[in-house]
Amino acid sequence: MSNNLIYKTQYELQNELDNYKQLVSDVLTIAKKKGATDVEVDASLSDGVSIEVRNGDIDKLEFNRDKGVGITVYLGKASASVSSSDTSLKSLESTIDHAIALAKVMEEDEYSGLAEKELLAFDYKTFDLDLYHPWDVSIENLIDLAKDCEKKAFDLDKRIINSDGSFVNTYSGLSIYGNSNGFIGSDIASRHTYGISLIGKENDDMQTDYWNTVSRVPENLQSIDIISKKAVERTVSRLGAKKILTRRTPVIFNFSTAKTLIGSFLGAISGGALYRGASFLLNQKGNQIFSDKITLVERPHLAQGLGSALFDGDGVKTKERILVDNGILNGYLLSCYSARRLGLQTTGNSGGVHNLHIDLPDDAKSFDNLVKEMHNGIIITDLMGQGINTITGDYSQGAFGYMVENGVITYPIREITVASNLKDMYKNIISVGSDIDTRGNVQIGSLLIDNMMVAST
Amino acid sequence: MTNKDLLYVKDLILTPSELTVNHLESVLNKALLPEVDFADLYFEQIYAESLALEDGKVKDAGYTIDKGVGLRVVSGEKTGYAYSDDINLKSLENSAIAAKSIVKQGSNKKISLTKNLRDHSTNIIHSLYDSSNPLESISIADKKSLLEEVDKEARRYDSKIKKVEVSLSGSYKVVLIVNSLGMLVPDIRPLVRFGVTVIAEDSKGHKESGSAGGGGRFGYLDFTKDNWHLEQAREAARVAILNLESKPAPAGMMPVVLGPGWPGVLLHEAVGHGLEGDFNRKKSSVFHDKLGQKVASELCTVVDNGTLDLKRGSLNIDDEGVPTQNTVLIENGILKGYMQDRLNAKLMNTESTGNGRRESYAHVPMPRMTNTYMLPGKHKKDEIIKSISKGLYAVSFNGGQVDITSGQFVFVASEAYYVENGEIKYPVKGATLIGNGPEVLKKVSMVGDDLELDKGIGTCGKDGQSVPVCVGQPTIKIDELTVGGTKSE
Repeated sequence: MSNNLIYKTQYELQNELDNYKQLVSDVLTIAKKKGATDVEVDASLSDGVSIEVRNGDIDKLEFNRDKGVGITVYLGKASASVSSSDTSLKSLESTIDHAIALAKVMEEDEYSGLAEKELLAFDYKTFDLDLYHPWDVSIENLIDLAKDCEKKAFDLDKRIINSDGSFVNTYSGLSIYGNSNGFIGSDIASRHTYGISLIGKENDDMQTDYWNTVSRVPENLQSIDIISKKAVERTVSRLGAKKILTRRTPVIFNFSTAKTLIGSFLGAISGGALYRGASFLLNQKGNQIFSDKITLVERPHLAQGLGSALFDGDGVKTKERILVDNGILNGYLLSCYSARRLGLQTTGNSGGVHNLHIDLPDDAKSFDNLVKEMHNGIIITDLMGQGINTITGDYSQGAFGYMVENGVITYPIREITVASNLKDMYKNIISVGSDIDTRGNVQIGSLLIDNMMVAST
Repeated sequence: MTNKDLLYVKDLILTPSELTVNHLESVLNKALLPEVDFADLYFEQIYAESLALEDGKVKDAGYTIDKGVGLRVVSGEKTGYAYSDDINLKSLENSAIAAKSIVKQGSNKKISLTKNLRDHSTNIIHSLYDSSNPLESISIADKKSLLEEVDKEARRYDSKIKKVEVSLSGSYKVVLIVNSLGMLVPDIRPLVRFGVTVIAEDSKGHKESGSAGGGGRFGYLDFTKDNWHLEQAREAARVAILNLESKPAPAGMMPVVLGPGWPGVLLHEAVGHGLEGDFNRKKSSVFHDKLGQKVASELCTVVDNGTLDLKRGSLNIDDEGVPTQNTVLIENGILKGYMQDRLNAKLMNTESTGNGRRESYAHVPMPRMTNTYMLPGKHKKDEIIKSISKGLYAVSFNGGQVDITSGQFVFVASEAYYVENGEIKYPVKGATLIGNGPEVLKKVSMVGDDLELDKGIGTCGKDGQSVPVCVGQPTIKIDELTVGGTKSE
């Protein structure tokens, strides 16, 4: 087996950065020459390996290498976008021709256009976000890591009867954005993750669950002891799940399900949903939309952050800000286009939010204390389905969870639905957990929410 | 598929890269080692476009050209895969070296293809769709006016319709599959999709949305036949206005009648995924030890049929070059078989059912559904609804999800009615229905005579890969299912 495959490809990636910047610059020039009044170009190149081990042997070994260029041309206020995986100049010329031909037949959109020059992140190089840490390791070592993690998990509990895959992924990519207002920005970043998905069985009940760790820096990944133990605990704790009676009850959304509630919030305050009128949070800026225990801060410039970025998809400089301040909505997530449609300023969020973290209130509680506070109720650890109406906020999701009686977790419960309206749920947050999950772009702990409808038998 | 098609595909994919069939043989030989059971190459070139209308104007257009090739090496349960969007001999050779690294390369014993590559297009038994490019089926001006007509029709339907978005998209995918069994086989796959979403607002400022649309493996002209597109505009508007009047759904266990067509997403989630070969070979599916057993009421016969003309889930051959077929999954309630690709079929000592599919050249194939549906029964829809004393009649859904290990699935109604004493009383808001795969089909007590397939809107996700599928069923009655509304009884 070849030893240094990963190291080699990622080394090449660094060398490609200048070539790709040149490519973007060439495309901008050619498109202008061909008659475009303005142009935007996105180019990306990524390299990765993903490994899956099952029951002690390799199941899948995949080498990924992707590249692509996306070009948007403007003819006045009309525009069209064309993309291609062929980055040869000859092919890109015909891609540009196609985009121009298409833009010619499009209707004008008075709100379209590039970001204003003064908003662009021309000084982006003054920071180093420190996002690129290739994993200098052989493929054999990565396979061994996956095998060891799986073996540890099997040894921990005899109810673990099968593995649904122990996996390792490592990825590095470069991306460049340029536009005809003179901006070309680039970033190069790595992302590594490993984890395991297990199957537990007791009597006739079979359940699966998983755990993983993710970081831009290989050394910051959690140990296989932690990952295997957590995956086993989560899987076996689901065994023997019962059905319960339909009831109205307080509910703890654990950190992973709480994150999805924040995801719905972010969708509802995004420019696209707002200008379409397709949001349950229209015109709510300045209003109390969460309980006063919730403060959410966007921190785009965190070193090694999973959501860090110095400029957004429009090339606009990103800024740190308090998005929700003690429950009050301070702003929206806007791109240049959606901002113009709403008569507002862009917030540098074309492409989404960059590192949204909860700032814990003084009375934040450990998960155990949150359970004690709820006293009687239900913990939701898994959600399924698409039962969220983004226009009205109506919420009805399939769920898996645990019964809490007198402050103690008593048994797992299956086949329930939780229902309410997101507007009410946000305001009914009684207490906030300090058990923040640091694995993603949105980082939050568990949330205790009062008065949910839980349906079952 | 004809010999002419193979020439066209070779010309499109191989010729620009100066690749010949001999080169492909040498690449496969490079991937072969004594421990290797199978190797294949999957070439793909795709042209895709999308047009969107918003605020009465067609102002969004996108076009994509993507091509690439994936090389797979299989040894026992192990799969090695490498792909590239550069199609040339050098990158193919690199892919071969990378993909075969799953096998220990201690011995230097060389092996080669036992059979030379040979045109297998004569083995293709189906011709389910036309091989002309749907993107060129009508002019850009006609595409624009199609969108504009739909916009006008939706607004004309009712003054409460405040917002209309219409989209039209199409793709033309050309594939060439080459493998170590000596097979060289092409497929040319058109796929189009049309959708309309509206937002209705009443005098109190209350808003709801409604959607409609469809598609399949044909050209855009089929959308305007008999003004089908205008019918979709009215349908989206009708659903949005209906939802304005809807009341909170009940919560708890109750009988549920599911309408024909798209509600077949129930089968897709409740049993479909659990009957895919990989989950059963790995024993991670709740159905893995239930072959030959009763998993549904005797009224239920469920098939996966990739051989239907023009349907969104249909394929002449799957992405491993195997002709698709009509596979009986459940017959009169008894579990009869799984959906297989080559790898899982071999490991389970059976034959591929033509269900090996992948999203693109950047993905490995897996067992996937095509068009999955329940065969019709004897009852009339009206008598099924009449049999309900208190329950739900669900006509359309947003989609669903399943945990194949525990069997728990959910799906979400987008149009549903509360039924009392056999009569439809009032529309209810989107409610989540939840159940357990092996249990729910046992509770099917009536099956209608009105089998329908959905209009061609389904996309199935598995392991990060999306593929187009169809679902279908006649009207069915499930004696009890948990409904996740907000209203307590």
